[in-house]
Amino acid sequence: MRAAILAGFALLALAAPAGAQDQPPVPRQSWSFDGPFGTYDRAAAQRGFQVYDVVCAHCHSMKLLHYRDLAGIGYNDDEIKAIAASKQVTDGPNDQGEMFQRPGRPFDAFVAPFANEQAARAALSGALPPDLSLIVKAREGGADYVDALLQGYKSPPPGMKMVENMQYNEYFLGHQIAMPAPLAGSDVQYADGTKPTLTQEAHDVATFLAWASEPTMEERKYTGAKVLIFLVVMTGVLYGAKRQIWADVH
Amino acid sequence: MAAAPQQSKIVRWIDHRLPIFTFMRHELNEYPTPRNLSYWWNFGSLSGIMLVIMILTGIFLAMQYTPHVDYAFDSVERIMRDVNFGWLLRYMHMNGASLFFVVVYIHLFRGLYYGSYKEPRELLWMLGVVILLLMMATAFMGYVLPWGQMSFWAAKVITNLFSAIPVVGDGIVKWMWGGFTVGNPTLNRFYSLHYLLPFLIVGVVALHLIALHQHGSNNPLGIDRKGPQDSIPFHPYYTVKDMFGLGVFLIVYAVFVFYLPDALGDPVNYVPANPLQTPLEIVPEWYFLPYYAILRSVPDILFIPAKLAGVLCLFGAIIVLFFLPWLDTSRVRSARFRPVYKWVFWLLVIDVVVLGYCGAHRPEGWFIVAGRLATLYYFLHFIVLFPVIGWLERPLPLPTSISAAVTKKSSAPVAAASSMEKH
Repeated sequence: MRAAILAGFALLALAAPAGAQDQPPVPRQSWSFDGPFGTYDRAAAQRGFQVYDVVCAHCHSMKLLHYRDLAGIGYNDDEIKAIAASKQVTDGPNDQGEMFQRPGRPFDAFVAPFANEQAARAALSGALPPDLSLIVKAREGGADYVDALLQGYKSPPPGMKMVENMQYNEYFLGHQIAMPAPLAGSDVQYADGTKPTLTQEAHDVATFLAWASEPTMEERKYTGAKVLIFLVVMTGVLYGAKRQIWADVH
Repeated sequence: MAAAPQQSKIVRWIDHRLPIFTFMRHELNEYPTPRNLSYWWNFGSLSGIMLVIMILTGIFLAMQYTPHVDYAFDSVERIMRDVNFGWLLRYMHMNGASLFFVVVYIHLFRGLYYGSYKEPRELLWMLGVVILLLMMATAFMGYVLPWGQMSFWAAKVITNLFSAIPVVGDGIVKWMWGGFTVGNPTLNRFYSLHYLLPFLIVGVVALHLIALHQHGSNNPLGIDRKGPQDSIPFHPYYTVKDMFGLGVFLIVYAVFVFYLPDALGDPVNYVPANPLQTPLEIVPEWYFLPYYAILRSVPDILFIPAKLAGVLCLFGAIIVLFFLPWLDTSRVRSARFRPVYKWVFWLLVIDVVVLGYCGAHRPEGWFIVAGRLATLYYFLHFIVLFPVIGWLERPLPLPTSISAAVTKKSSAPVAAASSMEKH
């Protein structure tokens, strides 16, 4: 096991020559979904979906999501049908044994940009963009990290040797990231007329990705409030019962 | 004795042939329990309830989970997203494991403080250690099932421990994997065993309870019950006290499940397993951190290589608990009457916390030194301090009886205490 750990460190040392520990702390932001009563800001999540759909989806899959799930951020049935229908889904085999293309329907999973890992690497000079379905849950710092990373592109400090096809990002582990700065501001025309600045886009897409990581969060918190109220009352009653039954022992 | 006469004809008919009602009355209703148990004694029944919650949520999760390397991760996410209340089952099970360990560790340290492992409860204690070992194996295999990055690498690291065994180690590891690396056969057998072991735990818990009911609970004074004035029936006194404690515990549990469901987990486990990419740091769940620190701290000892020595110490850290009833030479049970042990006990608590802290960090710099000293102290505590303190310490005088001590403290008249028995 020591060998496994050492091998891990060795791999990382190779992957991150600039040293792994010198990332600045990710700035904490205020999110609509923070706290015990937080919910996803539907408008921000829809704008974030627009950013994903127009920009991120060129390289990143979200294979755990279905178009029907978009109801969770407030799209209605017709909107969902329209969004799904704008994608081409591979279906089949048909009666002739052939795979065929058809417009997407709400029950389809989000169409992935690449057929497989090899296709992605071949198209992107060897890099593999991670699936974004769980990215907010799968990163230390969550939505704060995603937001910071999207705005963390800088020119490398003087003297730092960059690997070919790598960009300098303040918040990425080792600072060398294969993803070119995906957002610059004005990347999308927001349907609700919000001004698409870089900060706005990053915040919106992080909100969308946070929802995608845990679409059941609102149900969880809502159920939690009911369960806790019940438990507090029940425990209070039990405390009274305990006091009464033990009254003659003390 | 047959069922109580006030019971219905049907109950008496059944009881005459299968005395379950007599059994229940005897073990629950009449079961004499020391009247002075503190809230630290709630954690035994809480452990039992946690075991039931884990088995129930686990059975329902198993209905939706797919034990295959290609589908396991996505099937867990399907539970989280598409199964009705699947997120609730999954978070209850995931956080339940953590809280189960919290409860069991408190139960264990309560036993250590009040000498609950001493004559005549040695086997009761040892069965408890068996339950702990089974729990650890179950928790480890359960953690592998979601097949995230940490699941996979935890499986790899822990199974690789067995390669430290001389000569046959490598063969044993391949046999455990069912292949040449951690793969689908490994996941399948872990799933099978993860489903089996909890029922073995139920069996050992039954033995634990039989052993408990033979001599009854220990108590904060650590002295035996001398007569009826020292006892109260388990029901209703301790049923209601346990229920109240359960309520408080469920509130804490619910806060984790509904508001901090991922606080105790590692974000890396939401990345699907990738055998080609080692995570930055392989860290077990918090409840294994002290053992992990011991494993990583141990250097080469004489001719034993560090890896083997680490594995031996890791297992030794649990095995030593089996011998505790004989390592502790003091005849006084409760630390309340042991002026030296009373303080030394807390050193072990601090030591385990230090070990846990070291286990969460890479063994570099001060963490190596701290980890080694804490490991050394752990074994010193059990193997040297327990016998030596028992020999040298002069215990305080013990109270003559539980009721005497209790009534003196609450300054109630003795008559009130003995009239208790009427209820």
